[in-house]
Amino acid sequence: MTKLMSMEEAVATFVADGASVLLGAGLEGMIPFAAGHEIIRQRRKNLTLLAPISDMLFDQMIGAGCAATIGAAWVGNVSAGLGHNFRRACERGVPSRVVVRDYSNFTFALALQAAAQGVPFLPTRTVLGSDILLTNPDLVEFTSPFTAERLVAVRALAPDVAFVAVQRADADGGAHCWGALGVAVEACGSCRQLVLVAEEIVDHEIIASDPNRVLAPAFRVSAVVHEPFACHPSPVQGCYGRDHDFYHDYHRETRTADGAERWLARWVYGVGDRRAYLDLLGADRQTALRVRGPQLAAPVDYGA
Amino acid sequence: MTAAAREIRDGDVVFVGMRLPLLAFCVAKRLHAPRAVGLFEAGIVRDTPSPALLYTMCDPPNIQNAAACLSTAHVMSLLQRGDVDVGFVGGAEVDRYGNLNTSYVGSWREPSVRLPGSGGAADIACLSKRLVIMMPHERRRLRTRVDFVTSPGFGEGAGWRQRVGLPGGGPSALITTLGLFRFDRDSGEAILCSYHAGTSLAEIEQATEWPLRVARDLAPTPEPSRHELEIIREYDPTGFWTGTRSQV
Repeated sequence: MTKLMSMEEAVATFVADGASVLLGAGLEGMIPFAAGHEIIRQRRKNLTLLAPISDMLFDQMIGAGCAATIGAAWVGNVSAGLGHNFRRACERGVPSRVVVRDYSNFTFALALQAAAQGVPFLPTRTVLGSDILLTNPDLVEFTSPFTAERLVAVRALAPDVAFVAVQRADADGGAHCWGALGVAVEACGSCRQLVLVAEEIVDHEIIASDPNRVLAPAFRVSAVVHEPFACHPSPVQGCYGRDHDFYHDYHRETRTADGAERWLARWVYGVGDRRAYLDLLGADRQTALRVRGPQLAAPVDYGA
Repeated sequence: MTAAAREIRDGDVVFVGMRLPLLAFCVAKRLHAPRAVGLFEAGIVRDTPSPALLYTMCDPPNIQNAAACLSTAHVMSLLQRGDVDVGFVGGAEVDRYGNLNTSYVGSWREPSVRLPGSGGAADIACLSKRLVIMMPHERRRLRTRVDFVTSPGFGEGAGWRQRVGLPGGGPSALITTLGLFRFDRDSGEAILCSYHAGTSLAEIEQATEWPLRVARDLAPTPEPSRHELEIIREYDPTGFWTGTRSQV
């Protein structure tokens, strides 16, 4: 049975107002901006946005008024530093107040891993002594029952829906992903609904030819969205590089709330879908970002 | 930048944080630490320097010919089990005990400035055997006490890390745009050990909120060699990381 659907359908089907949504498992790479932009266009509200580092995608969604709660290790703009919309929301409640549950990257990964394993929490030594423990009630100190050492219990975190970017997928939800995986495996294992955002759709035989490169069994996958350049301006290994200028331009153009509105009007509300976004971006810019020459891995032999 | 790169010893396993540390690792690999191995929180392991300038650790050149691409949990587990010799982080604010704030200026409930947060910095600060901190040197950044401890250094001083249960060794160096501090083993306080060319003790005192403690053998920071400068310019030809205010 095919799980292929458009981004518009996937967001309409799986993202309800008030849902918790994981967007961007690959830290600074493979952030599915196309999914975030469609959520903004469908005017979802009161979302809990989850990611270790969503780079500037969360800043855009906060500016659009989609978010009530953020669970993340880092929110801003990796090229430029601070995120203006994130600052306005936290400091002045503009356009609306957001509650932040601070994680570190490790505790975020462990929270997903706990949910993926079906246990209520996992223990760690990290963030002992950090004030992050004050802001996030899902990180609680306890004493090891075996060694009497101080540890932190990281509560399981199961997103209602996760959008995870992959290089290629088949229509049934088999998918290959490579490069910097970040928390992609844990994201696929922890969420209630998993939507894969694929640069390319391939035959099942291609996925089956290299089963070690699969993130999650296909039965975990609810939908597959075919969306080339879905992660621009973040990079996808083997497909396109990072559009650094786009981050700097965004930072400059969103200094004021009016500027942020104009940015969203142009790049999100002003385009109906990803294809129109890419038209606005222009063919020359896409060509410049595409990988210049392939660097293929040596084939592996699964012969029996 | 060169002072930071010199903190990496040959053969070290290095946890490389976001932004400035990316360049410090490349410079060290090309110069005096060719056998150092870098871990990046996105799951990347490199035993060769990236072939091109990096803005982020996930830029495609950092993944090409990497030694391994694992997961965040996997490289963080290596850090937690004690396999990492030295971790590198930057920060918005630091205090004299090497505690870093990258989260909130003012109260965390009603901040005057909301900063981006930890990323992996809290993990690196908690779990590395030695921690190297890189910062622009400004009075508003070198605070007597930070408003929020995102990434713990020596906390409130002597014995604090052991009391809260932190396994890593804590800060080993604080390298700023003006000088290099080390931390007193007994008190956990930062001690100025060297100052960079073109600055003075008076300027550093002025730019530091806490009462400065100075090493008895305070000396000028050894200047970058021509070779070191060549490597830095090769990686950062436009001065994105090392231009104007960020000359660490």
